[in-house]
Amino acid sequence: MAGMFAGPQEMMGYSFNTAPTSASEPRQHSFYPYTDNGGSTLGISGADFTIMAGDTRSTSGYSINSRHVPKLFLIGGEGPKNKGARIVLSVVGFAADGDALKEKLDKEVKMYKYQHGKPMTVSACAQRLSHILYNKRFFPYYVHAILGGIDEEGKGALYSYDPVGSYEREQCRAAGAASSLIMPFLDNQVNFKNHHIPGSGEGHDLKPVVATPLPKETVIELVRDAFTSAVERHIEVGDGLQMMILTKDGVEEQLLPLKKD
Amino acid sequence: MGGFDFSNHSRNAALHAQGFPLPTATSTGTTIVGCLFDGGVVIAADTRATSGPIVADKNCEKLHFITPQIWCAGAGTAADTEFTTSLISSNLELHSLSTGRQPRVVTCMTMLKQHLFRYQGHIGAYLVVAGCDPTGAHLFTVHAHGSTDKLPYVTMGSGSLAAMSVFETAWKGNMTRQGAVDLCSEAIKAGIFNDLGSGSNVDVCIITPEKATLLRNHITPNEREKKMRDYRFKKGTTAVLNQKIITRADISKYVTVHELDDGTPVAAEKMDVDT
Amino acid sequence: MSSPFSINGGAAVAMVGKDCVAIACDLRLGLQSLTVSNNYPKIFPYGDVYLGLTGLATDISTVSDLLRYKVNMYRLREERAISPQTLANLVSSSLYERRFGPYFVSPVIAGLNHKDGKPFICGFDSIGCIDFAKDFIVSGTASDQLFGMCEGLWEPDLGPDELFETISQALLSAVDRDALSGWGAHVYIIEKDKVTKRLLKGRQD
Repeated sequence: MAGMFAGPQEMMGYSFNTAPTSASEPRQHSFYPYTDNGGSTLGISGADFTIMAGDTRSTSGYSINSRHVPKLFLIGGEGPKNKGARIVLSVVGFAADGDALKEKLDKEVKMYKYQHGKPMTVSACAQRLSHILYNKRFFPYYVHAILGGIDEEGKGALYSYDPVGSYEREQCRAAGAASSLIMPFLDNQVNFKNHHIPGSGEGHDLKPVVATPLPKETVIELVRDAFTSAVERHIEVGDGLQMMILTKDGVEEQLLPLKKD
Repeated sequence: MGGFDFSNHSRNAALHAQGFPLPTATSTGTTIVGCLFDGGVVIAADTRATSGPIVADKNCEKLHFITPQIWCAGAGTAADTEFTTSLISSNLELHSLSTGRQPRVVTCMTMLKQHLFRYQGHIGAYLVVAGCDPTGAHLFTVHAHGSTDKLPYVTMGSGSLAAMSVFETAWKGNMTRQGAVDLCSEAIKAGIFNDLGSGSNVDVCIITPEKATLLRNHITPNEREKKMRDYRFKKGTTAVLNQKIITRADISKYVTVHELDDGTPVAAEKMDVDT
Repeated sequence: MSSPFSINGGAAVAMVGKDCVAIACDLRLGLQSLTVSNNYPKIFPYGDVYLGLTGLATDISTVSDLLRYKVNMYRLREERAISPQTLANLVSSSLYERRFGPYFVSPVIAGLNHKDGKPFICGFDSIGCIDFAKDFIVSGTASDQLFGMCEGLWEPDLGPDELFETISQALLSAVDRDALSGWGAHVYIIEKDKVTKRLLKGRQD
């Protein structure tokens, strides 16, 4: 209820309350190595494609660090531009950890190709990422990662992770600051949760709609609407929308503007 | 005044002692500014109200009416700015009725600071007070603890630094009315775009000795673009288990006071008890 | 420890349509993660104005009873029903009176203006700051999810049937992503000459 001038834990008090105590008393110092850089990401997999998206705003507190810090990274391509990459990693949370994680995964996927003479499959990359995260079980990478690609059967693949490596293959997933705003919208529009077939019955007998994979164009529109909605209601989301569309032909990247307030 | 009811306080203090956190009120994490010009004063505000990182209201009004010639921009706890300004507005009206004079801006500022000081900062209202009275145009800031400032240009709220950077860059003495409106708008826009607690539109109020002009949504730089898809559902998409139609006649039968055609009021026939 | 607002759980939402308004709530009452009841409606009628209350259950009943008393006294004194705008100001001042010992509730109001029949909705924080919105108001433990749903699904000038589907889908999908809300829902569609109250089928987990 404190006004905006109060710091995070600032208390009402008098100067003599904070006067130094006797020098011999033990004093606890603390260092918290994590910050939250805000932002949001999402991924949706389709029949033969996967779409990854994230906003490009980086924040700390009420300030904007930058309006263009990508959260989507190509993994395991050729050269510094990652040409020909078929896997995309999105990370949201603590940006420095996200960068470190991306570098580590990218290095390992590249080393795999040099050592085995073939590119890593998405499922193998997904499991490797889980191990990388769990390796830091007691000093975790403070990120929510989503990994996207095309699997061996040519289907869209999407894996989501918690900060310590628990992972699952899913149809769609939102992560980050506005995940609670976006995720129910995706449930409703991608997996048709709570949708019924009109006139198929009365009350309890009404038949639920069975979800079928959506066409790519529809998914792109849903992603854009999900983000413009999140921008309206979450202060840490905005500035730009980075989208990566993965198909059997490769990765297409799109950058679209979002509101800057 | 002093009409606060503390009867829940001990219960809530007990809950708090058990470790329950205090509720988060809607805070107008705000940019508000004010600027004097030749012949009057301008105040301006953004229109975003937040609770935590969520935008609670995209187009709220932070410029509050005090008297026809005194207006107030509010930052801090939204309920406190709203009720404090309307309380002072009432008292100032009574004061001017009893003295038979036009209320002065200093009087308003003094009443605000005395009220806020009495509550030792617990009423979280941070205000920019501006107006014209027989002694001229005035501009003040009032902090929640009761301290005040009198300056030619002021900013408050979480976007105050962004807004002040505009004033410190472009402010000059003896400005024109339009110059002051534009400068204040630019300062608010700096807050809107660089402070996450501020956003949406710019509201401006110009006060001259003749009249006050409120420019609600003077600049709207953040209109939402049209959505890509149509999200209307087919009728019958949602599963309904039961339904009941209540007609207007059913609702109004609880109080059976009706006007008759000849205009003679008739006493209530019968009053049903709500069940 | 959890905040008083999220001990019992619950969600409410109001939306504006074309010449109609809608208000909806879930039916769960819980104690932390334990569900105690799946039939605890959070919408209360005051004549033709409807009030949704989420937050601490003890305060929901205290506030709803207190307002019933105040609204009945208003009816007797004024010999007319209370309008949504008047109820909004009554709720606001009743909450702000307890600025330093608040009720842990987040009220939502929906109704049609008595004079011109214009839709009116508004929401409050626990100390009475009014949020006048032209589109929708959300409250409760699923408020973030509801913001996302409403911002995505709502559009202007929905008819009563379309508005019912939109508010129902918004509420159901929102509470399915909140552990403390759900277990069925009530939806009121308020039109000029009638109010339709529906019970929705919702997940019972």
